[in-house]
Amino acid sequence: MIRNKLRTFLTMLGIIIGVASVIAMLAIGEGSKQNIQASISSLGTNSIMIIPGAISQGGVHLEAGSQQSLTREDAEAIQQKCDAIKYISPVVQSGAQVIAGSKNWRTVVMGVFSDYFYSRNLEIQDGSIFNQTDDKAAAKVCVIGLTVALNLFEGQANTIGQTIRINRIPFKIIGILEKKGQNTFGQDQDDIVIAPFATVQKRMLSTTNVHMIIASAKSEEQIDEAKEQILQLIRLRHKIPKDGDDDFMVRTQSDLSNIFGSISKVLTILLASIASISLLVGGIGIMNIMLVSVTERTREIGIRLAVGAKSRDVLIQFVIESVFISFIGGLIGIGLGIFVSMMVANFGGWPVTVTLFSILLSFLFSTIVGLFFGWYPAQKASNLNPIDALRYE
Amino acid sequence: MTTSLISVENISKIYGIGEIEVHALTDVTLKINKGEFIAIMGASGSGKSTFMNIIGCLDRPTSGNYLLDGMDVNKLDKNKLAEFRNKKIGFIFQSFNILARTTAIENVELPLLYNRTINNKERKSRAYNALKSVGLADRQYSLPNQLSGGQQQRIAIARALVNEPIVIMADEPTGNLDSKTSYEIMEIFQTLNNRGITIVMVTHEPDIAQFALSTILFKDGKIISNKPVKERKLALTELEKIKQPITVIKEK
Ligand SMILES: Nc1ncnc2c1ncn2[C@@H]1O[C@H](COP(=O)(O)OP(=O)(O)O)[C@@H](O)[C@H]1O
Ligand SMILES: [Mg+2]
Repeated sequence: MIRNKLRTFLTMLGIIIGVASVIAMLAIGEGSKQNIQASISSLGTNSIMIIPGAISQGGVHLEAGSQQSLTREDAEAIQQKCDAIKYISPVVQSGAQVIAGSKNWRTVVMGVFSDYFYSRNLEIQDGSIFNQTDDKAAAKVCVIGLTVALNLFEGQANTIGQTIRINRIPFKIIGILEKKGQNTFGQDQDDIVIAPFATVQKRMLSTTNVHMIIASAKSEEQIDEAKEQILQLIRLRHKIPKDGDDDFMVRTQSDLSNIFGSISKVLTILLASIASISLLVGGIGIMNIMLVSVTERTREIGIRLAVGAKSRDVLIQFVIESVFISFIGGLIGIGLGIFVSMMVANFGGWPVTVTLFSILLSFLFSTIVGLFFGWYPAQKASNLNPIDALRYE
Repeated sequence: MTTSLISVENISKIYGIGEIEVHALTDVTLKINKGEFIAIMGASGSGKSTFMNIIGCLDRPTSGNYLLDGMDVNKLDKNKLAEFRNKKIGFIFQSFNILARTTAIENVELPLLYNRTINNKERKSRAYNALKSVGLADRQYSLPNQLSGGQQQRIAIARALVNEPIVIMADEPTGNLDSKTSYEIMEIFQTLNNRGITIVMVTHEPDIAQFALSTILFKDGKIISNKPVKERKLALTELEKIKQPITVIKEK
């Protein structure tokens, strides 16, 4: 085995690739899972979303805002009546061209209550946020994200107090958001302008529509209670009969993480099974080479048996050889798998997480593959009759 | 009844199943005592190797009894038989049968690897001593392909000796060697035999048979004669004889 280096290496290659792909695939799966969870929790702690539209039969109606069933008053009613709720804010949003002097930038403008900042854990880097009075007065003030600030003002120190124009309406900048970066879906969370709800809804969009309502429960334990309170209240307000379909949806953070959790689980299982197949193919490669090796070395086996090797000695010798191949292949494969994972992370910009579990799993699996596929050839070798083996040409 | 080292009684060996049966051995009975040096002779296909393989515990007879060192070999299972081969028998083949790409010393160590009562250190020193006794002490790290046929056969002899067997079985040990090298091998055999080791050797060369103490003649799977060697040759003397003519030629 050691004396036929190239062949041993090629045999090992099957296992190396198998183990490496299992590790890389699991790392990619695990990485995306964690990333999605992080994005979901960045929605804010204990957050609840209320979206207009109905849950269609057997599935999720994803087209948020396609129906105009939610109103500002719904949000205010929740604020007053649902005691499990801490923060609440209706949301309107629209893409818009933002102009500052000679520069302009296309971004998203959001209209929200000041609760939105607390609910989403949005921190202010500079200046301050607006308050309820600004909303009542539909004041023309706004808080901008870092991307917008950089593109319109190139990060000047005196950005606060400057005026930007959205749909020809001048907005005074009173705050800059702290950097949040991209979310899982590749959206730049800093490319945003946030203004008081009434200002955006009435002055900018001239609508009564509300795209969604964002709420936060008082505590994690109260999320379900809060969800139930909201359901009851809005059904009552929308006069939905007992057996009628809701014209809105309430989604909690755990609903979301369950959905995405199961998606990424399926993804991980799929990737891992594809990778396991290559490990299996690697195992068949080992079996193939071990069978060839047993045939080639029949005479050697005969000599060993003639000088007193027992069947068990020959069996052990061949099993050890195949386990050794898969063991070393497994080690190299782990190295390669981690390397590939890091490459994916660096150049693909895809989040990866190599877990100890995946390393142990693929290592164990590759050793078992060696044992399993090495057993038959070894068995064959050990059952040879000494005199037949010696006579073999 | 004297206890013989080897005692075969009415053993037969039939090869092949079904239509074509080869009766390689028919009702062979033979006793070999300790300290003997036997040459088995006979035409090709007369059953010599078959007989050797059976008394060497590499193969089993189709019928008949075989006692080796008082033990009924037929009753031993595969593993016990392996142990028996390991401890009691040293085998030497015509085609050497040493492991290629394995050093001389490692080849000699091989039987000891399967003898669990021997530790690493003892294994090394015994293998070295065995190599030394066949005159290859300086070639312990050589690979078979760096050695001559005679040297390879001497490795095989060292390997046969290393577990201190009670009998050495050699199937045409000189079949692949020239006469001078053959005499050197016979010299080793005679030395071993003088030390009390029993030797059973197959050969079809009458002059090689003359180094033994007695010869047995096989014909068609049967023993047709068993007699002592009359004019026994001594390998040392023969080796001297080959040397002389060469020096004579040089002088002329
Ligand atoms: N494995 C085998 N299968 C079938 N026939 C065999 C086998 N080995 C030997 N024979 C036959 O048995 C006879 C005796 O062979 P063998 O013992 O090798 O003779 P020798 O060594 O005296 O030349 C021969 O006819 C040979 O063809
Ligand atoms: Mg023969």
